[in-house]
Amino acid sequence: MKNCEYQQIDPRALSVSPMSAQNRAEMKAQRSRRKWEVFPGKNRFFCDGRIIVARQSGVLPLTLGLIVVTCGLFFAFDCPFLVEHLTVFIPVIGGVLFLFAVISLLRTSFTDPGILPRATPEEAADIEKQIDTSGSSTYRPPPRTKEILINQQVVKLKYCFTCKMFRPPRTSHCSLCDNCVERFDHHCPWVGNCVGKRNYRFFYSFIISLSFLTSFIFGCVVTHITLRSQEGKSLIQAIQESPLVICFFSIWSILGLSGFHTYLVASNLTTNEDIKGSWSSKRCTEESGNPYSYNNIITNCCVTLCGPMPPSLIDRRGFVPLVEASPAASATEIELPPFLAKNDSNMCTRSTKDVLARMVHAFDSRGLCPPGTPKTTPVGVEVSSSPSAGCPLFSRSSRKRDSLHSSNPAFRLASPSPSLSRNTMILGEGPDVGFIPIP
Amino acid sequence: MAETHSLQDLRQPAVSSKVFVQRDYGSGTISKFQTKFPSELESRLDKQQFDETIQTLNNLYAEAEKLGGKSYLEGCLACLTAYTIFLCMETHYEKVLKKISRYIKDQNEKIYAPRGLLLTDPIERGLRVVEITIYEDRSIGSGR
Repeated sequence: MKNCEYQQIDPRALSVSPMSAQNRAEMKAQRSRRKWEVFPGKNRFFCDGRIIVARQSGVLPLTLGLIVVTCGLFFAFDCPFLVEHLTVFIPVIGGVLFLFAVISLLRTSFTDPGILPRATPEEAADIEKQIDTSGSSTYRPPPRTKEILINQQVVKLKYCFTCKMFRPPRTSHCSLCDNCVERFDHHCPWVGNCVGKRNYRFFYSFIISLSFLTSFIFGCVVTHITLRSQEGKSLIQAIQESPLVICFFSIWSILGLSGFHTYLVASNLTTNEDIKGSWSSKRCTEESGNPYSYNNIITNCCVTLCGPMPPSLIDRRGFVPLVEASPAASATEIELPPFLAKNDSNMCTRSTKDVLARMVHAFDSRGLCPPGTPKTTPVGVEVSSSPSAGCPLFSRSSRKRDSLHSSNPAFRLASPSPSLSRNTMILGEGPDVGFIPIP
Repeated sequence: MAETHSLQDLRQPAVSSKVFVQRDYGSGTISKFQTKFPSELESRLDKQQFDETIQTLNNLYAEAEKLGGKSYLEGCLACLTAYTIFLCMETHYEKVLKKISRYIKDQNEKIYAPRGLLLTDPIERGLRVVEITIYEDRSIGSGR
């Protein structure tokens, strides 16, 4: 008799007590992890999560290099001459503008653009449940859009297959960073980051200050050359010594970009919406179909640039919360259900049947589920070859991404494992009494 | 046997289900939650209490995102200092968020926990949902 009892308890003891010890060990190991370490997007973090950048830094080093070199040449060659001939304020103004531009650039690059954290498995399951109200267990892709009314205007919310949620309005998924970004403007390679809700004002101040800086340097250099040529020195020599060439080529694109973004700010649009023509007059009957606009240029500017600074939603430096049961433990507990099914009457019948149904489901789906989301190649869209578009590589919203995901039949949404593991823990406790057969 | 007893003691009340109160985008992109009363909470909570909680949260978020003289002043000051001021100063939004988390903690202690419910601060879910966790009601017994 004792032998039988021992044998029956053994599998349970093996799965339960080592699991608890294992759990504790895992919990201890997990205790020191911060959320940025388990971040699912393609971002990189520095200074223990304080600084966030996109995975590819793009041409940020080039941008910084160009600014530093241009200003360096300016201070080295033009300033001494101009201080002598004009005023001492020239290097001062130049210095202030340079600092402003560099600080804005760094803030744009290193700030979280407004990344939306991905939906938790329970949320994703809840959304799927709401969509799939028929309750059928067969796979059916959830509808990709949901229509809502914003200020009496119909807006379509798209479902993001990567982040497993309906995207809020004005949010778009950046395929380069693999994140949904709020008020997504574009992914700027010059800055090496997405431009979104939280860093748009930094980006705007960067391009404005850069416009002023390049115009200022250009003006000073032209003055320098004019004065030098008047003194009789060689014009070519004067040009060679100046940062004129860099300024000349960059000034048009930067001024154009600043103008474009000033227009966007004044009409409360994002680059994304402007390119797609979401609120263009062709689609809407009224003059301005943009439901987010306050129909007042000053208000729009104030809201976009001086509005309250929203917090970062991803909480990079927070600690990862400890889960109740590790996935490894739930795998061993799956072996228990055949025994437990006999003793339904002792516990919550509804929850047990649900759990068992889900477990059967999980067996089917686990074989099909690919380990990760398929990463699309960067979808770069060339807007136009006009020089005013300084940032040619925009990240499109995930239209292409959606089609890729929907065609993949193995891409399941429901992930019942967390609730599964919790319920199996309950079941693991309950049938102590009735379960052990005593021959 | 002793092991299972100690595990039972350590184990928290079991989670029965979770209810998610979604965002209401009717007024644009401002943070606002739907006041529709979820059917799963009918047995546990009064509609009025739920309404009050959600309305207060909506009002607090509206206060955080309010466009007015104070926020513009903060924005302009930040712009002039090349946004370095954000490194030292706490923004108005962050102050209100702290107020919100205190309110939620207070609500949990007074109203929700005694009913076997738990409100999760929306900021922990990216301001997407208000997650209400429903715990199993042990007092009634296991035959629910």
